[in-house]
Amino acid sequence: MPPATQSAMKGTGIGQGIAVGPVARMSPPPAAPADATSTLNQEQESARVNEAVQAVSADLTARGEAAGGQAQEVLEAQVMMAQDPSVTEAVDAKLAAGKTAEYAVHTAFAEVAEQLQALGGYLGERAADLHDVAARVVAALRGEPAPGVPDPGHPYVLVAQDLAPADTALLDLNQVLALVTIEGGPTSHTAILARGKGIIAVVGVKEAAELTDGDEVIVDAAHSAVTLAPSQEQKDEAAARIEQRRAAQAAPITEGALADGTPVPLLANLGSPENAAEAVELGAEGVGLFRTEFLFLSSDTAPSVAEQREAYVKLLQAFPGKKVVVRALDAGADKPLPFLNDAEEENPALGLRGLRALLASEEILRDQLSALAEAHEATEADLWVMAPMVSTVEEAEIFSRFAHQHGLKTAGVMVEVPSSALVAEQILQISDFASIGTNDLTQYTMAADRLLGSVAGLQDPWHPAVLKLVKEVGAAGAATGKPVGVCGEAAADPLLAVVLVGLGVHTLSMAPAALADVRAELLHHTKEQAEAIAAAALSAPDAAGALEAARTTAAAHSAE
Amino acid sequence: MSATRTVTVGSSHGLHARPAKLFVEAAQGTGVQMTLAKGEKSVNAASILGVMSLGVEKGDEVVLTAEGENTEAALDALEEFLKTDHDEA
Repeated sequence: MPPATQSAMKGTGIGQGIAVGPVARMSPPPAAPADATSTLNQEQESARVNEAVQAVSADLTARGEAAGGQAQEVLEAQVMMAQDPSVTEAVDAKLAAGKTAEYAVHTAFAEVAEQLQALGGYLGERAADLHDVAARVVAALRGEPAPGVPDPGHPYVLVAQDLAPADTALLDLNQVLALVTIEGGPTSHTAILARGKGIIAVVGVKEAAELTDGDEVIVDAAHSAVTLAPSQEQKDEAAARIEQRRAAQAAPITEGALADGTPVPLLANLGSPENAAEAVELGAEGVGLFRTEFLFLSSDTAPSVAEQREAYVKLLQAFPGKKVVVRALDAGADKPLPFLNDAEEENPALGLRGLRALLASEEILRDQLSALAEAHEATEADLWVMAPMVSTVEEAEIFSRFAHQHGLKTAGVMVEVPSSALVAEQILQISDFASIGTNDLTQYTMAADRLLGSVAGLQDPWHPAVLKLVKEVGAAGAATGKPVGVCGEAAADPLLAVVLVGLGVHTLSMAPAALADVRAELLHHTKEQAEAIAAAALSAPDAAGALEAARTTAAAHSAE
Repeated sequence: MSATRTVTVGSSHGLHARPAKLFVEAAQGTGVQMTLAKGEKSVNAASILGVMSLGVEKGDEVVLTAEGENTEAALDALEEFLKTDHDEA
């Protein structure tokens, strides 16, 4: 392979950022040790284990002290597990049987983890911590680098197979310039987390497997590219774009609008009331999607009306006089809840989920609507409610009736299933608004599981088939005079946001970190130009072609 | 030589997560070999995995047993710990 003349490696960019820096790779977990008989005696192996456990404990303690807060608590608990007497006893038993230190640690930790898993709940979750500690101790025994997020001591571009949510949570954003993953698609959890935290990322870059520590790369999320060994010219261009983007981020916060003044309200996607203040600070003009799952996920039973009311009041208080769209509990598929649906389903994404599950357990829906109505009474926000995963006009009608019965005036539907996009006009004759969830709409249109890396290539909201369905909903909104929004990841992609507006979408809701980029891009295009860009994307043969067509048309406009 | 003490747990979330970690640290700090039992099940008080696996809730009765020297001082310290609500802070 010739050096310095590399063409860019391609993946899926998250956000609009660009970064230049040296690669540091996430070390993979060590290979499982073989069941070999030790050539050392038991005392010698025991001493090796002690030394390795001490080294790992010291490393975790130091990392905890550096991180502080919740991360420190997590790491200190890992240290205690590494030194736990029940683990030590299990290791000693293996060593007494003549096993190597590596094998004894690996199997003993796995046995204890299995016992924890059987207990379930909080302890079950700690099993993953034990596996992580075991991997660290085995790596220390072998003299290999510790698995997990590297710490080279200077800012770096993190290259990983994929990240576990815990790894992403512990990333030091002052050190990580950008993130490149070899696996994962635009709707993987890593991508969603990166977008939420505003981390510059390109995911699903297969060729990134060839990158090694210290390689200099440009990570260009806007163009979904990673360039190895860039030329001085490329580096200068990147530096100019970094400066440009810094200026855009620092631009005054204005209400979302196109170049000709057409308003496009920019709203926030929120998953708990705690993030409301940050969203307001970043210029959110309201909330376009408030997910209520957090209230339900940690319990075996549904929370009471009073508990829910308290959380909703907290949210609504942050947005006096502003629109707040709350989605009714969306359980099932990737977020199952035992009290809603405990049936084993072969295809949970096609099963009893979203509104279907709520209608099967009506009292949970009624309690939620009661709590929302009470919270609305107590606050100044303009509360809208919507049903997740609606697939028929009848479902839309039942949900509207329920909401109105509870005194909630504005009731709408999420359009995530192609059927509801195709009958959007009939639905909007009944519902007060529609909000398009592009992640699920893409999954169902392309028949590609959004959590499955092997079909991540099909999971692209730029696909003309998906855009055509968005256009149907936009046209239905115009025909009925009802508002249509988008609250999926697609709204956070600035150029795609322009396309969505061109297809007839009125409001865009996204992770607050994406607001500045989308706000800046909308200001570059008039309504007429947005429609032309959308038309170009619609007539492309595939997702890559749609992106290319949109870019070319947008560039032609700015050259005019 | 062993001594026991029966205590009613005062922590509002029992001995889970953070309180369990603090309890184990306190037990290790005494330097005395102790067990913690709830019902039939008894575990090493210095094992965070053992302590968490008991699933101790607020209001549960637990039995501390200490072996060897200085058992009274150690039992006093842990009894005081168990009675206190550590989820307040």
